[in-house]
This record gives sequence, structure tokens and C-alpha cells, in this order.
Amino acid sequence: MAGNGTNGQQYVGTRTIRPDGADKVTGRARFGADYNLAGQLIGKVLRSPHPHARIVSIDTSKAEALPGVKAVITRDDFADMPSEFIPAGEMMMNYKDVTRNVMAREKALYEGHAVAAVAATSAVIAKKALKLIDVTYDVLPHVIDVVEAMQPGAPILHDDLFTVGVEPKPDRPSNVAKRVEISQGDIDAGFKRADVIVEREFKTAPVHQGYIEPHAVLATVSEDGSAEVWVSTQGHYIVRAHCARLLGMDIGKIRVNAAEIGGGFGGKTVVYLEPLALALSRKAKRPVKMVMSREEVFKASGPTSGAVVKVKMGATKDGKFVAGWAELKYQAGAFQGSPVQPGVMCAYAPYEIEHVKVVGYDVVSNRPKVAAYRAPGAPISEYAVESVVDEIAKKLGIDPIQLRMMNAAHEGTKAAYGPKFGPLGLEETLNSIKKTEHWNTPLRKWQGRGVASGFWFNIGGETCVSLTVNEDGTVSLMAGTPDIGGLRASLAAVAADELGIPYDKVRPIIGDTGSLGFNFLTGGSRSAFSGSMAIVEAAKQIKSELCARAAKLWEMKPDEIEYAGGHVKPKVASEKVTPMSLVDFAKVAGKTGGPIGGVGRINAQGAGPSLGTHLVDLEVDPETGRVTILRYTVAQDAGKALHPAYVEGQFQGGAVQGIGWALNEEYIYGADGKLQNAGFLDYRMPVASDVPKIDAIVVEVANPRHPYGVRGVGETPIVPPLGAIANAMENATGIRFTELPMSPPKVLKALKEKYGAGGAGR
Amino acid sequence: MAKHHVEAIVNGDPVEFLCETEETLLDVLRDTLHLTGSKEGCSSGDCGACSVTLDGRLVCSCLVLGCEVGGRTIETIEGMAKGETLHPLQQRFLEHAALQCGICTPGFLVASKALLERNPNPTETEIRYWLAGNLCRCTGYDKIITAVQDAAGAMRKG
Amino acid sequence: MARVVLVGNLTQLTGGVAEFDLSATSVRQLFRQLADLHPEIAPHLEEGVAVAIDGQIYQDALLEPIGADSEVFILPQIAGGSLEDVP
Repeated sequence: MAGNGTNGQQYVGTRTIRPDGADKVTGRARFGADYNLAGQLIGKVLRSPHPHARIVSIDTSKAEALPGVKAVITRDDFADMPSEFIPAGEMMMNYKDVTRNVMAREKALYEGHAVAAVAATSAVIAKKALKLIDVTYDVLPHVIDVVEAMQPGAPILHDDLFTVGVEPKPDRPSNVAKRVEISQGDIDAGFKRADVIVEREFKTAPVHQGYIEPHAVLATVSEDGSAEVWVSTQGHYIVRAHCARLLGMDIGKIRVNAAEIGGGFGGKTVVYLEPLALALSRKAKRPVKMVMSREEVFKASGPTSGAVVKVKMGATKDGKFVAGWAELKYQAGAFQGSPVQPGVMCAYAPYEIEHVKVVGYDVVSNRPKVAAYRAPGAPISEYAVESVVDEIAKKLGIDPIQLRMMNAAHEGTKAAYGPKFGPLGLEETLNSIKKTEHWNTPLRKWQGRGVASGFWFNIGGETCVSLTVNEDGTVSLMAGTPDIGGLRASLAAVAADELGIPYDKVRPIIGDTGSLGFNFLTGGSRSAFSGSMAIVEAAKQIKSELCARAAKLWEMKPDEIEYAGGHVKPKVASEKVTPMSLVDFAKVAGKTGGPIGGVGRINAQGAGPSLGTHLVDLEVDPETGRVTILRYTVAQDAGKALHPAYVEGQFQGGAVQGIGWALNEEYIYGADGKLQNAGFLDYRMPVASDVPKIDAIVVEVANPRHPYGVRGVGETPIVPPLGAIANAMENATGIRFTELPMSPPKVLKALKEKYGAGGAGR
Repeated sequence: MAKHHVEAIVNGDPVEFLCETEETLLDVLRDTLHLTGSKEGCSSGDCGACSVTLDGRLVCSCLVLGCEVGGRTIETIEGMAKGETLHPLQQRFLEHAALQCGICTPGFLVASKALLERNPNPTETEIRYWLAGNLCRCTGYDKIITAVQDAAGAMRKG
Repeated sequence: MARVVLVGNLTQLTGGVAEFDLSATSVRQLFRQLADLHPEIAPHLEEGVAVAIDGQIYQDALLEPIGADSEVFILPQIAGGSLEDVP
């Protein structure tokens, strides 16, 4: 265990002040929209007012003639791309779809789809120019709902989309892009063994990641074809890869700087404005700045899928799960690529079940293309399964925590998606929830308590980090994954402990794409996991280099020397030589061989799944249908919390996003296929007065594959809330709600149907 | 149309600027005065990321026109720390990890300061309702509330 | 012989066969042997799959060794930021 090695853990596991903190509380930190360049133009996007329309013609001549307009771009400025999945960074992308999503070609496929873009000397002129662009549309029938989109006779979005994964191969196009399936055991035999079977259908609404910072980019392209970009993104190397491909540029000629990022949650893993800004700048030969409005964010970025999910589960009378079946239909938006595959794989992942079959469909409709959202796909399928688990507990008269404990996946369990698990912390999270005072507090009428567990895989991936020892012995740490929630604090603590130096002598920064080798993006709960592994590697290089130099200085063999406690010293103390600190060595760096540093270049493997269990109390107002969250406790396995406060923050933030998903958030479309709530007033995210304190219990079941035991924590916290809240609703009202969000109108209607007005009959 | 000529006090300093009628105070702060600490999250007064005080009153600067602030006093996040010393709220936000991405942080700090100036000893519920006009998507608000409570305590002790 | 299990839609490229016993000592060898048996699966193996060797998932595993009695699962790729996967 290299990380726990020579120098101990003085900072790892403590609540250090984040190194970027002062800049972030004083307004000094520069986010995407805070960058400006002399001579910059403002770019604006013309967006389709129709959910589905053939674009007959686009006439930009009047806009181009407007004084102050320096460039106008349309589909004609982007080369078409063949339909093939090719790797971009680590992601498989179909650039035929990507190029059409950033700029509509044959058709506009959703309200808000980009149709043209303008760069002008001011925002006012750019907006005027948009109005001067004449687009002739041939409006087509649209389809919004996932089930309707699957029906024969539904308006077809893509004439060349044939369902993959069905036999025989279809001869007609469809909105069903793909059928996926996982199975093990014999599902029919499993249900034959069951004493109790529960079958339910669930519906979830699409929800937006809801980051507070809209997408923003500043791009400048020189006459020689080299470009520089400042952008709010979860992965600046990914932005570079996509833009290079879409614009036919060399990757090495594009330098992308990651601005501070104002939230992403998966929604800033893809490109929208970036290729447009580059194309405009290339045409205008001036820097171009583009920032989305909130309405544009809602209509043209994210969200995650809405879905229809059927679940059928069987258990023996003593509470052993024996069969789990599910069918998931996920909206992909206008282009294929919903998170149905991970949804399928995660549905039963928390449990040990012999017979499993889960089928998923990836379905396109006239909505914005979905983007990743925190544990993509998992909250939806696991919500449905966790609801059914609760019903089984009720039918069998078994305590819901006990039932989960009896079936919990653990080390050696064959996962529902195939391989055997290593060490897992689900049982520990269930135990710690059961021990809370919260679990044992009585409730009143119209109050309910719910529990649910959740699973996410976590990933590693390509990561490059450098440590440079400066002339005075301070250390510059450069990482290539944007810091969304305290990454720099975690990485600085690891670097300080690895080198045995004070935390405040490490200055972490996020390097641009020209400064470090390729880094996959911040996502998949990977950045602290992979970054800390890369730092261990970089620090090892520094330590071995210093030992080698000391050997020459002291005329000893390198293996007689060690680096410990922040000093290079002989393993056996000697009067002839004085141990040298990093500061001492920095002074003689030039004389002993030049600059001292290390670069960790890894493809991190060995990510450990993180499991969590949430406990919630809520109260339903029978007069209004409003649901108030009274109390909330999260327990999750972090493996090892590098920085406990930011780990708790992930738990708390994920829980509250889940509360929004469960109770209020949804995309609301009119019959005209247009989004009716594209703003924060009508798309109601939780505010401070909507939620209580969120108690966070950090469970640490070490991941044996990581030097510090880290698993990754960012995504799992959004998985359990939907099920936990639905289960609490059932306990509060006696009604099993099967549709999200459980918003006041729906709750009121259900109460009225069951108990009469005001819930009088309860 | 000619631009409006406006004189105001921002963070204690006299400023002078020209603005179009439709430009908001937020536009002026960010684009003309280069005070980019106030953030634009929605431009409809729903997210609070652009919170500033105008003659001591907490407002969303995206809902105020630049040409309305002539002769008035504006305080932004950039004026919150005094010299090298962070305001107790800023310090407590750091100590309690009350920010993750940090985009909402300036707005929360400005709003929290306005609260504590009116009510030096707010209850948790009072803090939650006062801050209900500020959206945070990362933290779940928990550590923000703790930081404000802790700062209030420290400020009462002086 | 390592036991190799295909998960999900990959079996559609092998005529429904999901399990193999192969003598590969690395993932690369294993991919080659699978591709020799079922050429249709070849383009999907080097990109777009994850491999679990004795329970440990690798997103990029080309050079990873495989033990004589290892259990290997070939899975759809998992990436938090990415939704695209093939087939």
C-alpha cells in the first residue's frame, strides 16, 4: 500500500481548507462566462421553434449584411460525418449524430435545436441578426412520449435508424435504436420457486442536471489554424477531441483551458457551443464568446431520460429473492444513446439473485438529446426495483432493512450483470442506518419513513498528473480533470502526505490540454480515485530520483537511502551525512541534475463499486398534496474518504437532487411538442427551505485495488432517494405511488381517490 | 439611442459608466465594471447567483436596470473581505466546506451577510427561508446552513 | 482454460453462444481467439467493451494477463460520463 507508506496520513482523511477556496468566496475565481478577450465578438444561436421539421432552406444574407455581424454559420459550415462509432477519448461517439446535434442538418429534431449561429460586435446586434435569418421549415408530426414513440405508425425521427439487438434484423426504420438484455440463471424457474411475486409498472419524468452555471465558452482561432478555448466543462480533453473531429482540425492545434466549472453532474461531458464558437471564430478571425441562457440550457442541453419501467420480482416466504425481471424503456432524446445499458446492469446490482433477466430499449423522440446525469440510468431502474423490494417486505412482514440485509450483495456475490464482486459495503450501510436514532424515532399520522439502497460501478480511466518541486521546495501539482467539488483539496492532501510536506506547500492547479497528457473527464466518480493513484506514482518518481541523487552526493548506494518523513536520509543513520528535506534538495536541484518532478501517467483500473442506503422521513399535507421532507440520513461506502467534508457534501447534494427528482422536477411538454417550463421558476429544484439537514454517515470498506482504499463517491448518492421517498410515501399515505415526480397535484388526486377530500377517510 | 450616463458607489468606490437602457445592473457589473464575482444563472431572479445589495437591500442584480442605480450604493461579493481579512461568513464557508463548485457561493455570501445584518441570531428555519432565493445544486444546503449559523455565532461574540 | 462469458447483446454476434473455454493468457489473445471463432464480434472487442477478470472490471484491458483458471466476463463499457456503447 504505497499511499499508506513512508510518511503516514497527516492530511488525507482530514478536513483541510480547499486550496482554491479563497478565490471562490471572494468572487475572484473565473468560471466559464468570466473570461474575455480584447476584440471579442458575442455569439448567439438561432434555435428551431418546432419539435420536428425538415429544414428546406436557410437564408442568412440579410443577417450577414447587418453592420456589426462578423460571421454567420449554418449546417453548411460543418462537414457531414458517417454513421460509425469511433473512440473519442474514452467515449464511443457516433459523429453523424454529434454533428447534427450541435447544428441541425436535414431536420430540426427538437424545439431548441440549433439551426444557425451568429457572431457580432455586441449581444444586441447578434440578437437582431438572428431575427434576420430566414429559415423555411416543413413542419412534421412530432412524438414526445417514449411509449408513443415505440408504436408502429409513430413519426420516425431518423430514416436510417433500425433497431439493433433484435432478431430478425428489422427492414423498416424505427424510433427504437437498440434492445439490450442481461440475463443469468433461468428466470422462469426462478419465479416457480417464488412464494410471493410483485409486479409493477413505473414511470419517471426526464429531469435536468440543473447546474447553476449555464454553458459558456470563449474561443479564438488564429490565421495559422491554431486555436485556444476557455470553457466550462467536465473534460477539456474531450472538448478538444470532439471539436477537432467536428471541425477537421488537428488535436495538437487546439489548446483548451478548463475554466472553473459551475456544476455539471454529467451534463457538461458533451459539446454544444464549443464547436460553434470555434467555427464562428475561424470565420470571423476574432475571439468569440458564447453563453447559453437558462432557457437554452433547458431546451438544448441535458437532461436525463424519462422512462417507463416494468419490474417483476419473486421471493421465497422466508425472504430470499429468487427472481428479478425488468423491462426498461428509456428516452434518448433526438439521437440514440440513453443510459439504458447501465440502467439494465444496475437494476438488481445491490442484491444476490440467482435468476435475473433485464431488457432495455433505447428510444428516440423529439426532445433534446439526453446527457449523462450522475450514475446515468441507475436511479430510474433502481427506483423501480427498490419500490418493489419494499412491497415484498410488506407482504412477507419482514423489516425492510432486514430484507435488504438478507439479500445484500457482498464479497463473492455474482453480480446480476455477471462477474463476482470484491469487497462491498452495502451490509455496513444497512447496519449503520439501522443503528441511527433516526430509524428508531416514532412518527405521526400522515408521516412516513422510507429506506432504499443504491449501487453504482465507478470507473477509473486515463489520468495524467504532474508534481513539480519548485526552487524553494514548494510543490506545484497539476491535474487535468476539472475540479467540480473539492478535487484540489483531496489531491493536495495526497501529494502532501506522499512527499511528507505541509499541505499548504502544495499548490494544485488544473492544467490546460497542452500541459499534461490525455485525461479522461471528471465523471464516473473517477477524478479523486484516479488522480490520487497518479499522484502516488508521480511522488514515487520524485522520491526515487532524490534517493539516486543523494547516493551520488553522499557516495552511497541508492538502496542505502530512503525518503521518509519528508527527508532523504540514509536507512542507517550516519554521522557523515545530514538528512535533506525537499527544501534542501530544491536548492541544489540545478547542481545535482536539474529540475525535480514526477509525472503520473496511468490508466486507472480497479475502481470499486460504491453502495449506499438512504433513510427518509416525510409528511404529506392532505389538504394540498405537498410533501415535506422532515429528516434524511445517508450512509454510503466511500472506501476511504480522502476529504470527509467533501465526501459528505457529495452524499448530501446527491440526496437533495434525488429529492427534487422524486417530488417536483419534470420536463412538461404541451401538445405542440414545446417545453412549457424552461426556467427555474417552473422547473422547481429544491431550495434551502424545502429540505432539512442531511445526516451523512461515511462508511469505509477499503477498495483493495487503490493505494488509499478509495472507491469514488459522486454518483451513488442520487440512486437511493427516489425509492426511499416513494417507500416513505407509501408508509405515510397507504398509497404506492408509481409515477415520478410525486408532485402536489398527483398526490392530491391520489389521496382524494382513496380517502376523499382532504384525506378525511384515512 | 444614446447610452445613459450613470454615477454610483460600488464597494465604497465612486464609479461612472455608460449603459444601454436594456442592460441590467448585472451586465454593468460584469461587462462594464469587470466585477465578475456576481454570476448569471438564470437572468430571471430565480437563482440568486447575482445577489448584491442596493442601498443595503438584497436584490437580484439581473432584475435591476443599470440606469436605475444612479446615486445609489451597491455592495458586491468583491467588497466583502476587508483588506487581507475574509469576512467571518467567507471564512466559515471555507471551514465547513459549504461550497462545491462555487458558482452560487458569491450569491449565498451576499445574501447571508444581508440576513445577519438584520438578524444577528437567526434560527435554522429563518436562515433556510431567507436563503430560499438562492439555488445551490451541489451541496444540498446542509453545510451552507451550518456555516451561516457558525458565522452568526462568531459575529455575535465579535 | 479460462472460462469466458459474454454479457448482454454480444451473444448476438456469436450465434447465441455466451460461454467459452479458451486458453488465452492475455486479454489480447482472448480477443483474437474469440474473433477467430466469431469474426462478427471482432470490431466490438477492441473498442467498446469492458472486461472483468476474476471479478475485477477493466475498462481498457488489452494487455491484462489472464490466469489458467480465470473467470472472464466481457461487458458493455461503463463510463460515468459516457452513454455511448456498442453494439
